[in-house]
Amino acid sequence: MKRFAPFADNVLPWLTLTTMIAALAMVFLYVPNERVQGLVQRIFYFHLPSAWNTFLGFFIVAGAGASYLWQGNRFFDLLAQAAAEIGMVFCTIVLITGSIWARPIWGVWWTWDPRLTMVVVLWTIYAAYLLLRHLGGDTEQIARYAAVLGIIGVLDIPLLHIAVRLWRGIHPKVDKMAPEMLWTLLMCTVAFLCLFTWMLWLRLRSLSLREEITTLRRQAVATA
Amino acid sequence: MEHISYLFAAFLAVWIVIFFYLFSLSRRHRDLAREVEALRQMMEQKNPSRST
Repeated sequence: MKRFAPFADNVLPWLTLTTMIAALAMVFLYVPNERVQGLVQRIFYFHLPSAWNTFLGFFIVAGAGASYLWQGNRFFDLLAQAAAEIGMVFCTIVLITGSIWARPIWGVWWTWDPRLTMVVVLWTIYAAYLLLRHLGGDTEQIARYAAVLGIIGVLDIPLLHIAVRLWRGIHPKVDKMAPEMLWTLLMCTVAFLCLFTWMLWLRLRSLSLREEITTLRRQAVATA
Repeated sequence: MEHISYLFAAFLAVWIVIFFYLFSLSRRHRDLAREVEALRQMMEQKNPSRST
C-alpha cells in the first residue's frame, strides 16, 4: 500500500480529472446522436462504465473476502470493505441513470425486467453487507460473516447475465457500434476506472487510519 | 434537442452521487486524522520517553 501511495496521492487525482474532462468532451462534443434514441442515448456512456465498476467492486469484495477467509490477513478485509462501498456508489449510479434513460425511451421510470431486477437484488445484497459491517461492529466474527455474504452476493452477477438469456428482457444489448461511439465508450471506461481506483484508495486510507486508532487505543489502555 | 432535460438530469445525478460520496469520505478522513493526532498526543503526554 505504501509503494502505491505516491502514485495514488500525486498522479491519480489528476489522471482522473484529465480523463474525466476528456470523456465529457467526447460525450457532448464528439460522438454523434444515436439514430433511434437521439440525445438521451448519451446517458449510456456513463451508465455502462458505472455498471462495469459495480461488477469490479463486487468482484474485489468477493476476492478479498475469500483471501481474508483463507489467510486471515486484515488488509484483505479492509479492501473488501472499501470495495463494497465504492461498488454501491456505482450501483446506485447505474440504477439512477438507467431509470432516467428509461422514462423517455420505455415511457416508464421502472419496469421489473430480469436484468433490472437482478441489479436491484445486487444492490440489496451489498446494502446488507454494508449494514452488517456498520451495525455488527469491528469484530473478527463479523468480518468472516461479511466475507461469506460478499462471496455469495457476487454470484448474482453471472446470474444477471444468464437471466437476460433465460427470460428475454427488454434491456437493450449492444452488438455493433460506430467507431466514434466505441472510442467515447472506451474513454469513459478509462475515466471511470481511474475514478474507481482513486475512490478505493481514499477509502482504504481512511480505513487504515481507523485501524491505527484501534491500535493506539489498545496501547493507551495497556499503559493506563 | 428532444429529451435534453433527461440527459441533464442523468449527468447531474451522477455528479451529485460522486461528489456527495467524496465529500463524506473527506469528512470521515479528516475526523479520523484528528482522532489519531489526539491519541498520539495523549500517548506522548503519558509516556514522554516513548515519543520519537
